[in-house]
Amino acid sequence: MGMAQKLQHNVTIKGTKDGLILLLDDTCSFEKIIEELFDKLTADSGQLLNGPVISVKVKTGNRYITADQEHKLREVLKNKENLIIERIESDVITKTEAEELRKDAQVVTVSKIVRSGQVLDIKGDLLLIGDVNPGGTVMATGNIYVLGILKGIAHSGSSGNEDTIIAASVMKPSQLRIANHINRAPDSYPDFGNEMEFAYISSEEEQIRIDRISAVHRLKPQLNSLV
Amino acid sequence: MGEAIVITSGKGGVGKTTTSANLGTALALSGKKVCLVDTDIGLRNLDVLMGLENRIIYDLVDVAEERCKLNQALIKDKRFECLYLLPAAQTKDKSSIQPEQVKKIVQELKQDYDYVIIDCPAGIEQGFKNAVAGADKAIVVTNPEISSVRDADRIIGLLEQEEVEAPKLIVNRLRNHLAKSGDMLEVDEIVSVLSIELLGVVIDDENVIKAANKGEPVAMQPDSKASIAYRNIARRILGESVPLLSLEEEKGFFGKIKTLLGMK
Repeated sequence: MGMAQKLQHNVTIKGTKDGLILLLDDTCSFEKIIEELFDKLTADSGQLLNGPVISVKVKTGNRYITADQEHKLREVLKNKENLIIERIESDVITKTEAEELRKDAQVVTVSKIVRSGQVLDIKGDLLLIGDVNPGGTVMATGNIYVLGILKGIAHSGSSGNEDTIIAASVMKPSQLRIANHINRAPDSYPDFGNEMEFAYISSEEEQIRIDRISAVHRLKPQLNSLV
Repeated sequence: MGEAIVITSGKGGVGKTTTSANLGTALALSGKKVCLVDTDIGLRNLDVLMGLENRIIYDLVDVAEERCKLNQALIKDKRFECLYLLPAAQTKDKSSIQPEQVKKIVQELKQDYDYVIIDCPAGIEQGFKNAVAGADKAIVVTNPEISSVRDADRIIGLLEQEEVEAPKLIVNRLRNHLAKSGDMLEVDEIVSVLSIELLGVVIDDENVIKAANKGEPVAMQPDSKASIAYRNIARRILGESVPLLSLEEEKGFFGKIKTLLGMK
């Protein structure tokens, strides 16, 4: 029983109103966690682990979980069919992931004319000082700001972020894309109305809309980093 | 050491060859030693426009493959002592020569000539790469129509990746009354889209066709509008600052009076 007592510390199961939280100790070996988790899940015949479908959050603390380890965790939890893994959370990330996050958060300033046939694809927000000519494409995982005339294609949130916007000094795009949404331009643009505008996905209509730049703080308050 | 200028456009039929022939002629008129190089292998035209077709013995591919010396392939112009043509091969295609080979030939020509004018084929493939390989400068020719401007934009983008100076623009075959009525792109519009330096505007002039069919570049004529435009462009290439030709037609007596009175 002494060993079982010790194992108690490595995997803690907490019940909350939203579901279960599995707290995994981050100092012992991963094998021990798997072992203990398996024991606990199979040994327990109480209502909690056998009842109706319940969501589970796994918290690994300062332990980095590799894809392989995650797979093992999921395999063990499959023993209880009523447990659905909502997510696996770790307090740590790898340097590569951190670098990716940093890139996604940065603003990349580019000064050039994006000409027909050229594709400018960057990670993070794009600040383009120059025009996007017809047939040219700008892409960013974040927002796109064009200090110039946007006449080509702009694709913001290229890896799926629907909260991104596309702003341009003069908005005459041939196509706008935000995440997976695509909008074609009208077949002709009026000559007037060179006011600065931005495009976003409207939450009500779930499609791309264009509004005056002055409405951006109201429609996309999350853009503001000055709190 | 001379300089090599490639004449390119992306789209076909906008007047690359006509421009090459006339700029070459106009530069020769100014007393410069000029060599025209036709890189449009398989669809050569420059020799025809210059009226030199029947003198071709060796061509660009022969030089590249060392079947002859460079000097043997060069054809001296009928009119000028200082104007030569290196013709393209007609029986081969673009892939029969590599950019490095063209570059080497152009380098060699630059030793002896003030200007080497390279006539580029249409398209963005091998032929374009061959033509651009040895060039120091580039001139992009466009017509005042949307598809031609689009292709010019593409070509300017591709030129940015090559070792050439920022290209300059020639708007060819402008029909002024159409541009004015809004049925054709205006020069200002084209320059604002392409945002490169405008080297000159050539009016659509039937003398160009007439001259071409005679194998005599229009730049030889003393007073046709296209001829003056080409000669002005040549002067700008030589570093003179020549104002753009007025595109206005003669206004006639009443028009002049109205201008004087500030009514127009």
